[in-house]
Amino acid sequence: MTRLRWVPRLAAPAWLLVAVSGGAFLAALLVALGLFALYGLDPLSAGATVVERTLMDKRGFGEVIRKSIPLLLAGAGMALALRARFWNIGAEGQILAGAIAATAVALFVPLGWYTIPALYLAGFVAAGLYGLVPAYLKARLGVNEIITTLMFNYVAIYVVRWLINGPWRGRSLTGFSYTDRFDRATYLPLWEGTRVHIPTLVIGVAAALLITWLLRHTRLGFSIRVMGDGPDAARYAGIKLLPTTLALAALAAGVAGVAGAGEVAGIHHRLIEPTSVSMGYGYTAILVALLARRKAWATLITAPLLGWVFAAGDVIKVSLQLPFQITDVIIGVTLLLLVAAEPLLSYRPVWQRRGGSEDAPTTPETQTRPEVGS
Amino acid sequence: MEFELLTTTIARALAFGTPLLLAALGEIVAERSGVVNLGMEGMMMLGAVAGFIAAQATGALLLGLAAAVVAGMLAAALHACLSVTLASNQYVSGLAITIGGVGLANLIGRDWVGRRLAEPMGFVTVPVLSDIPIIGPALFVDQYPLTYAALIIAPLIWLFMFRTRPGLTVRTVGESPAAADTAGISVRRVRFMAVVFGGALAGLAGSYFSLAYRPSWGENITNGLGWIALGLAILALWHPMRAIPAALLFGAFFTLSFRLQGVLPPELLTVLPYLVTVLALTLIALRGGRGAVGAPEALGTPYRRGER
Repeated sequence: MTRLRWVPRLAAPAWLLVAVSGGAFLAALLVALGLFALYGLDPLSAGATVVERTLMDKRGFGEVIRKSIPLLLAGAGMALALRARFWNIGAEGQILAGAIAATAVALFVPLGWYTIPALYLAGFVAAGLYGLVPAYLKARLGVNEIITTLMFNYVAIYVVRWLINGPWRGRSLTGFSYTDRFDRATYLPLWEGTRVHIPTLVIGVAAALLITWLLRHTRLGFSIRVMGDGPDAARYAGIKLLPTTLALAALAAGVAGVAGAGEVAGIHHRLIEPTSVSMGYGYTAILVALLARRKAWATLITAPLLGWVFAAGDVIKVSLQLPFQITDVIIGVTLLLLVAAEPLLSYRPVWQRRGGSEDAPTTPETQTRPEVGS
Repeated sequence: MEFELLTTTIARALAFGTPLLLAALGEIVAERSGVVNLGMEGMMMLGAVAGFIAAQATGALLLGLAAAVVAGMLAAALHACLSVTLASNQYVSGLAITIGGVGLANLIGRDWVGRRLAEPMGFVTVPVLSDIPIIGPALFVDQYPLTYAALIIAPLIWLFMFRTRPGLTVRTVGESPAAADTAGISVRRVRFMAVVFGGALAGLAGSYFSLAYRPSWGENITNGLGWIALGLAILALWHPMRAIPAALLFGAFFTLSFRLQGVLPPELLTVLPYLVTVLALTLIALRGGRGAVGAPEALGTPYRRGER
């Protein structure tokens, strides 16, 4: 007579973490195949079309990389913020803040050798400042950062709409709400035949690696990790909450802003409707970071996964004539499964003989437990 | 006559504040039990689309309302399964429901975009009460039945929370789940029910747009109001009665942003309620000093027996 018992564990093994992230993602893809069937398509041939158009030809593959770039930048920043349990849901608005600042530089600053670095820098600084406000309110007054960062998303959306309909509205266009097209000197170099803006990609990879290094080897990184262990831990370790929160929030928001600068200077070459500048990259960045278990280096793997989902969304819309929103469902389901698998990570199943308890300690091994988002 | 501007402004604020009030009440109930529900926006969207399709298909408004409530409850039950039963992270679970729910609602409603409801909810004027000077025309003339329902639900929730034993149980579970557990209360069951009840109100809030206020279906019809409702719950200090003036205030900001069109660019006015939410939360925090003000002690932490 044996029975199953769930015993708390100190840390989940690495293979299990990978299995949970991978399993959640794959299961969500199965749901997508099911949706294809609901819309009357043969799931396998529809799936084959998606794979063909996203992975087998250069243009399609380029789209996967192109959509991975903002996800990588915002996702690596998100990993940093979530590490400290700072719930920055505002990456979407921060991407837009970066796009606005880069547009300002492209349209109004005299061109020169410095133009492209200045675009990125402006994006970084503007978004960083935008991210500082909720961080200050949180660290100083305890104002819930989830709500403030979310509100700031909407503020950014409407400010972009105001700019493109009002003061920055293009003179050369009639009937459309865009700014004028940027000068060619601001265009980011592309990987030939695709829309992959190479400098932003390089910055993205560098950002993921730098944030990993920062978390592991610097004083700030140490403070951030301790903050992530909870307020008590931070207090005992003598962590200064305000400067640490400000630094991590500005950094996380700043890299998201770089993504926004890359989108306008690399792809659109003008400021356009906010939901076209960022098609939910900021929200998806949360999933990128959580799938990566809040490890910045792992966003190098998870960002392309979700970039592929976004690229697949275009194929779904154009080639299969199905709604793009299928991607939102995939993202939502992946997140749901990821949370659902949490108990697996903090408890391990043990087969126990009735009456005997030699292989199952009844006391928890520790009080802390791994958690998707803690 | 000089009160006319005041009364119409209040009346409009109430009309716009209704979904905010319903959703905020739902959030308050869930949070009083200790569970943060970031899925509000998704639940509202699902309620809105389910209500619209059911009402359009059957021609019966009541069935539409019922469908909206059921949709909200189902989404909330999923949130409760993850965050209460499995004791997983409440924030991630709620976010997943919002992202997936908004996507799913837009997906389901795709063929209905822009269509008007054949038989929408009409205005109702309350007899007798509407004859009271100022208050009558401000609150009881030409409002949707859902508005009156919201105004009735708020005091009912207050009565339940603060004047009944089960209400006390809900608050205890939110303040000190371990103590409640010791007293023989099933923390999980109470939280599950509170979250699902909140989901019902979220579904109702969503249906207000698609069945009454618009009354049609459109993409992202709730436009982030679910998030503002989360802010309102804090602004109301988790008190159901204080949610009424809070919702009215925000409704007023929305009406104001329509009124002032032509004076200021409409996009900038639309920003107002979102900015005011941040400002209001800041003021509340300033007044209360550091830390959360009067938040349920166990808010946001899943309960597992034997863990701190």
